[in-house]
Amino acid sequence: MNVPEYLCESYDVAVIGAGHAGCEAALACARLGCETIVFMVSADTIALMPCNPNIGGTSKGHLVRELDALGGEMGRNIDKTYIQSRMLNVSKGPAVHSLRAQADKQRYTASMRKVMENQDHLTLKQAEVAELLWEGLPDGTKQVTGVKIASGGIFPCKAVILCSGVYLNARCIFGEVSQFTGPNGLPRATMLTDSLVRAGLEVMRFKTGTPARIDGRTIDYSAMTEQFGDDPIVPFSFENRPEDIAREQVPCYLTYTNENTHEIIRENIDRSPLFSGDIKGTGPRYCPSIEDKVVRFPDKDRHQVFIEPEGEYTNEMYLSGLSSSLPEEVQIRMYRSIRGLENAKIVRNAYAIEYDCLNATQLKASLECKSIHGFFSAGQANGSSGYEEAAAQGLIAGINAARLLQGKEPVVIDRSQGYIGVLIDDLVTKETREPYRMMTSRAEYRLLLRQDNADLRLTEIGHEVGLISEERYQKFLRKKQNIAEELQRLNETVLGASEKVCEYLNSIGTAIIHTGTSLGELLRRPEMTYDMLGPLDPDRKPLDADVIEQVEIEIKYEGYIERQRLQVEHFKKLERRVLPADLDYTAIPSLRLEARQKLQQLRPANVGQASRISGVSPADISVLLVWLANVSRET
Amino acid sequence: MSRITENETIAAIATALSPSGIGIVRISGPEAFAVAGRVFCAARGETGQSECHIAQYNSHTVHYGYIVDPKTGRTIDEVLMLVLKAPHTYTREDTIEIDCHGGVLVTKRVLEAVLEAGARLAEPGEFTKRAYLNGRIDLSQAEAVAGIISAKNDLALRNSVRQLRGREREEISQIRGEILREIAQIEATLDDPEHLTFDGFDEVMTRQTEGQIRRIRKLIDTAEDGRRIREGIRTVIVGRPNAGKSSLLNALLGEDRAIVTEIPGTTRDTLMEEVRMRGITLLLVDTAGIRATEDTVERIGVERARTAASEADLILWVIDGSEPLNEDDKAILAVCAGKPLIALLNKSDLPVVTDAETLQSMMAECFGKQSQEDTNDRIDENMFAPITISAKTNEGLEQLEERITSLFFAERIAADEECVITSERHRQALLEAETSLKKVRETMAAGMPEDFYTIDLTAAYETLGTILGEQPDEDVINMIFSEFCLGK
Repeated sequence: MNVPEYLCESYDVAVIGAGHAGCEAALACARLGCETIVFMVSADTIALMPCNPNIGGTSKGHLVRELDALGGEMGRNIDKTYIQSRMLNVSKGPAVHSLRAQADKQRYTASMRKVMENQDHLTLKQAEVAELLWEGLPDGTKQVTGVKIASGGIFPCKAVILCSGVYLNARCIFGEVSQFTGPNGLPRATMLTDSLVRAGLEVMRFKTGTPARIDGRTIDYSAMTEQFGDDPIVPFSFENRPEDIAREQVPCYLTYTNENTHEIIRENIDRSPLFSGDIKGTGPRYCPSIEDKVVRFPDKDRHQVFIEPEGEYTNEMYLSGLSSSLPEEVQIRMYRSIRGLENAKIVRNAYAIEYDCLNATQLKASLECKSIHGFFSAGQANGSSGYEEAAAQGLIAGINAARLLQGKEPVVIDRSQGYIGVLIDDLVTKETREPYRMMTSRAEYRLLLRQDNADLRLTEIGHEVGLISEERYQKFLRKKQNIAEELQRLNETVLGASEKVCEYLNSIGTAIIHTGTSLGELLRRPEMTYDMLGPLDPDRKPLDADVIEQVEIEIKYEGYIERQRLQVEHFKKLERRVLPADLDYTAIPSLRLEARQKLQQLRPANVGQASRISGVSPADISVLLVWLANVSRET
Repeated sequence: MSRITENETIAAIATALSPSGIGIVRISGPEAFAVAGRVFCAARGETGQSECHIAQYNSHTVHYGYIVDPKTGRTIDEVLMLVLKAPHTYTREDTIEIDCHGGVLVTKRVLEAVLEAGARLAEPGEFTKRAYLNGRIDLSQAEAVAGIISAKNDLALRNSVRQLRGREREEISQIRGEILREIAQIEATLDDPEHLTFDGFDEVMTRQTEGQIRRIRKLIDTAEDGRRIREGIRTVIVGRPNAGKSSLLNALLGEDRAIVTEIPGTTRDTLMEEVRMRGITLLLVDTAGIRATEDTVERIGVERARTAASEADLILWVIDGSEPLNEDDKAILAVCAGKPLIALLNKSDLPVVTDAETLQSMMAECFGKQSQEDTNDRIDENMFAPITISAKTNEGLEQLEERITSLFFAERIAADEECVITSERHRQALLEAETSLKKVRETMAAGMPEDFYTIDLTAAYETLGTILGEQPDEDVINMIFSEFCLGK
């Protein structure tokens, strides 16, 4: 079928997809002054949350806070539309405190749509992109020239950002049923994959899934444990104060599967396309379907199920923990075997979804493709999973596309600066064979990468990029200064071992002092808090809670933080050793064969990245360093 | 995670383990003088040289004195210390060279003292690498340096694996596995707080950490006891039953020609005999104890040969010249391929059935089939031609001794330097792991949250991995996924 082509208006940047990655990418480009067009299969589903109804969670919460510090939109948007908010892991160290909020899904998309629609320099267009347009360059690489949509329209542009989510050649499966649609019955995109392959890109097939939505009126909540939000809450955006966005919160509910449920699953396991072999895509190990969990952990006699509201506009409830691709009639029997769900009615059944995505090792850390100049990719199109992972990449891809057009160096957050850095470095360095989910265990320097200090780590960069307002920046500088001054004051203010001081220390259950002791030293004691120190510190000025929080953490965990800073210094040394883009690794015979092949294929940007490629040993790195010295001596 | 660090002060034994008894410990890096200052004591009687003292010495001067253990204060060796100031040194860094005179063992003690005083054990090829990176040596191609690094690493890795067998390896793997499980448990719980809890975890952790520290300490102590057995050419006698292995052993141990000591092997349940001949120490590994009582013996003989060969620096293959060759001989020979080997045609006092020519043609046939790359290189005719002996009458033993010494000085066999360093490397790694686990213990005692445990647990895990030659990569993530049922 040959659709006649026609020329449409030109743009600086075209963004393919308006999910969480696409929105951040498009907003960043437009806000940085690029004329930007964003294509989507449906204008009604901007920033859609087709799976879980929440933003954040362990390590994902970190991503959103970092994104906010850099000038992204997700944090502000969830602050506007949350219906429950909790800080997870509060009983553990500050590094792993993680923010998570339940979203009102409809308000979340509506609110983001409004932001998008009212953004200067941003054009929204409902259309399926069919082709990536490019021209070959003399050195064998390619240059993006535009995109063509399914109706034949050609949009010339200088940069393209692929944010296709799970829409490329998507297929939804449950039991024996296959539906050739994107998530939630939305149209899928069938033409772009071929075009990407023709452009020489390696495409992979991944799989993910979502649980059923149940009519809330058919659930017996009295049989379940209620879960409430925090009060007060912590906002995602550093722009917001807790009191400004406080609102009534709704509860979630907890129930469990049982042996009965598991028996139903085991009896019908051969009807699951995951086990029958109908699904070829690689699924994530961290977010297994319930049938996966039952098969892999036969000793567990029950699994948790969280019942989460989809929003205030609807009765639909999300069954967290019950993702499945079993036939619908098995699903309903399975749900009804669970306490409180005996009479449950399914509104939307659970399903697995298969889709095409890129092998992200074809990208640089800027998220620009190594072989096609001006072509960027972000989100699930890069093999990641999750709204937050997508948004973080979208923002970075957007910023770097704009900077490319403006002739500026790309912004690369490294592993010591943020989870965003860990995420992108892992994606472009390690060959991911399953959808990649952020986890705190992936961050080496997590004591430095806390959600509470994301602003201190990244606002500077966001401001320099141009996505942080001057007003916000000045406020940030004041906070930074207050922290530094208070730290200095606490460490320099020394208390004498007077009777009065000792009496107070005794009264709050901590050891007395025998010689002059600084307030900082006292605060370092595990049982001591900044508040408890108050009576001994009459000269203190009133400070914001977030300043006090930083001061406490810096003092209490000083030893550990210092050790991580030293590790970071070591890390940075190798990160600074740039590897020439045209280095011929096959000409370095002392590299082991596997290392030579991997390096030649991945072409890491620096020695640090090279050292993280699986199959490259420390000895290979030594060899590389020697080789680099040789290269620099010859030139 | 890679363990590459720059600008640290490194040290190693710079000489091969040689019969001369003189060893040089080299220290290089910004802290070289400070480190030396902590262990060197000038002969004039002043004690406790300070760093500035050594820094004040003129460059390229030699100083006579003693190396003192910084921990115990005891004198280790009488030495000459060479002070070389940057940039006029091999590495272009401040360098100290300590000439030790007390033999191999003492040289190692000096190295240990230097490491104790703050230097890090050099990676294989690291001095050369620094010399190159700092522009000191200007090889026409970086290839040469890179090749040295590669080769030394290969060698170190091979030796590392060879030296660590059986129980030690098993023990370290077990401890490491337990640590990995702890890390995965913590990480999984942090990542999925709604499904997993730390209930009861601290008690388990406390018990396990205590156990791990104890077990590692025991390994370190074992390493100290077992150190001596590694200092020699590990020589293995193989052959069919009744070929005369025991007689050969006894002949080599004869009072008039050898100093004999019995050292129980600590890494394996075998006895080793130490024989010194013409200044070279041989460690004779006794595989002669097999007696033919049932049919399985031949198989055991080959199996023994296989195990012994994998660890040997030199193999002595004993053939009964009064009997025809058979398949067992071929099997034994096959497993010894690629190792320096001397074929001994025994029982020259009896009527000859198998002569040297027959034997050589079988060897040629057998190695012809071997595709191992350096077989041909090692088995060159003269160096490895069969020797006719009689263990009974001592005929040919002189010739054997000559052969061994000439092989040694031709560097065809060697208890090479890496061999020594590798074991020191193991000890260092164990010490490091012990320190990390003690820090975990402190963190727990201080009531820190669980996520802080993983900082030092991970360090211990990675350090133990270096002993086994394993890189961590995605171990933790894989363990989390395979062992813990995560939600969502």
